[in-house]
Amino acid sequence: MTAPSISSPRVIVWVRRVQVMTAKELLQLFRDIPVMLFLIYAFTMDIYLAGSGVSLELTNGRLLVHDGDQSAASRELIYRFGAPSFRFEGELQDSQEGTHRLDRGQGMMVLDIPPHFQESLVRGEQTAVQLQIDTTNAPLGLQAASYSARIVGQYGLETSLARLGISAGKQDAVPILIDQNRVWYNPNQNETWFMSVAELLTIMTVFALALPGTAMVREKERGTVEQLLVSPLSPFQIMFPKVVAMTLVILAGAAVTVFVVLEGIFHVPVHGSLLLFFGVAALYVFTTAGLGLFAATIARNQAEVGLLIMMILAPMLLLSGIWTPPEAMPNALRYLMAISPLYYFIDISYGIFLKGSGLDILWESIVGMAVIGSINFSLGMWRFRRQFQ
Amino acid sequence: MNVRRIVAVASKEWRETVRDRLFLALAFLVPVLWMLVLGFGLNLDVEQIPFVVVDYDRSALSREYTYRFVESRYFNFQGSLHNEREVERLLASNKIRAAIVIPDKFEERLLAGRSIEVQTLIDGTFPSRSQITRGYVIAINAAFSLERLTLYLSQKQGITQERARQLLQPIKLEVRYLYNQVVKSIWSVAPALLMFELMVAPPLLTALAVVREKESGSIYNIYSSTVSRAEFLIGKLLPYVGISAINTINLWLLATYLFGAPFKGNFAFFFLVSLVFVLCSTGIGLIVSLLVETQVAALIITIIVTIVPTVLYAGLLVPVSSLTHGTQFLAHLLPGMYYTDIVQGSFLKGVGIEVLWPQVVMLVLYATGLLSVGYVLFRKRPSA
Repeated sequence: MTAPSISSPRVIVWVRRVQVMTAKELLQLFRDIPVMLFLIYAFTMDIYLAGSGVSLELTNGRLLVHDGDQSAASRELIYRFGAPSFRFEGELQDSQEGTHRLDRGQGMMVLDIPPHFQESLVRGEQTAVQLQIDTTNAPLGLQAASYSARIVGQYGLETSLARLGISAGKQDAVPILIDQNRVWYNPNQNETWFMSVAELLTIMTVFALALPGTAMVREKERGTVEQLLVSPLSPFQIMFPKVVAMTLVILAGAAVTVFVVLEGIFHVPVHGSLLLFFGVAALYVFTTAGLGLFAATIARNQAEVGLLIMMILAPMLLLSGIWTPPEAMPNALRYLMAISPLYYFIDISYGIFLKGSGLDILWESIVGMAVIGSINFSLGMWRFRRQFQ
Repeated sequence: MNVRRIVAVASKEWRETVRDRLFLALAFLVPVLWMLVLGFGLNLDVEQIPFVVVDYDRSALSREYTYRFVESRYFNFQGSLHNEREVERLLASNKIRAAIVIPDKFEERLLAGRSIEVQTLIDGTFPSRSQITRGYVIAINAAFSLERLTLYLSQKQGITQERARQLLQPIKLEVRYLYNQVVKSIWSVAPALLMFELMVAPPLLTALAVVREKESGSIYNIYSSTVSRAEFLIGKLLPYVGISAINTINLWLLATYLFGAPFKGNFAFFFLVSLVFVLCSTGIGLIVSLLVETQVAALIITIIVTIVPTVLYAGLLVPVSSLTHGTQFLAHLLPGMYYTDIVQGSFLKGVGIEVLWPQVVMLVLYATGLLSVGYVLFRKRPSA
């Protein structure tokens, strides 16, 4: 048998069938008004809100102060606990009140400066200030502690150097290290850039995972899949258009987000090629949809597939690397996350947007994602065939 | 209202759930599985940051300085380079997250009592992580500087090193950690996950269960029956509230026994408020289900209105106080934020109704509000 050429009637019929089925899927989706409304909301407002409003860093850590000294030195120290990390929340009459206020969540830290604070500093004696920190959110508590240690240490060093006659202006005359930090890719540490891209990836994942899978089960549940199976369509021609339709819709949504919200409103830099981004995004939607379709072959009805999809979705969103550094995860979970397509897509997206990376650097991640995508898809196809033929 | 009719609807619903083995299993398993995977995986500590050192000095002192990073558990040494050219490629390909550049004459200048600039290059893609990395670098540099300065001062002024150190560090900071005294990440995460799961799982169960009847048309049996609106809704929701109540206990057991999170509050109080919260999230599911006609829509909308805002705006990872005004407003619209206070208060702070009553009142208001809206939206006579 010779391989069919592009213009052979069989190929044309094959393409036509996929086209018609894709059009059917799109039509079915567009007619579901609530889904369309939320799709539009998710790719615009939702990403705008997340990008403009969420900060993972310690910001506005509310500081309560009990100043037992009321001197210039103590006020200077309090003043150094400033924005953006800390926010002065008020002065306390006695230190007892501090714990009480923290219990009620009316502050994050209580700084307690003892009487005779300034006197001790002037005499060159050691003195101690106390800091109570609410650590119900452990990472932020630790961050607050380390920032405070830095502030207090620096203040102490400056006052003592001044007392010893070595003023801060002549720091060249002392053997210390001077920090020169250079932060790359996002020099001003604009969290909006990070959050808005993160939210775009989240939304793409939600739709790619949930829609094709449920659409598939709906056909099973209603029995319309039987109609399709007695038609000349092959199982691949039934499954594939669902993914193609979803990919088109998600890419359109992502395009709106990238051009209107990311570039237009937030001025997120796009150092790399957007063509590459949308190309990889298509691959990502494909891969993730494969996961949803696989779940669809396990479930018999939409309620089941809904739960299965949620089961996969939450860990995927929370553990793939947006929220937790993969380096710090236990090994077993790192391997588990290596099968999450989002794990690769995060590196790829930030690489293209912020780092300006091209194929030469990203190829490893892209291959990783493609491998996982093909495995998902073939598993789904295999189970689908077995169920219906 | 007729109790027998409620029981009839509830038992019909329960039987339907029980007969769908996979659905039943998932309804109980999904929360447990989430707790396990997320509890072990959602580690917010920034540790093992991969880094390289570019050492232009190659002296004894520069090696000693490098060693400070190598032996820190916050950093993971990836090797030492001879020049900076390689650094950019390593940062771009995510092989490293930071690079430390030690300049020429590092040892010479420090021994001569003069300052020296040390450069750190940090990958800023994830701002919170790069800020924490920066903090670690500054802390290590400060400790190293203090040592050099102590030696220098003790030599120069002829005093003991101990005295010199005292002079340079006039203020001691005594830190006391409250509520999570050992500052374990999991102690914060496990209770927060409980909130997340009770916010996300019950609405999904409810929304799917109600829309299922609408989509398959079996709801017409209800429309044409003598069951009243309230009887139907109560009967319909009862099994799912029951499942979520059992899940609450399962999750609580996992959080306290498996992850060892301290529970300092009153369990009865906590459980009762959790039930109210479950009613809130169930109510959200109910409203979604009444507004849509298809399960696809129910699934998508439930995800968008529960998972996404709960991760961002309910205090799961980001405290509500560090949100901006627009999102603070959004946070206050969702019941999750109030329940986060209850969970943290009951687990870590050991406070009860005397402190948390405003949150309890808010949750009760939410539950009544959401369920009333559901009641009003549910019609036995569909329009058109």
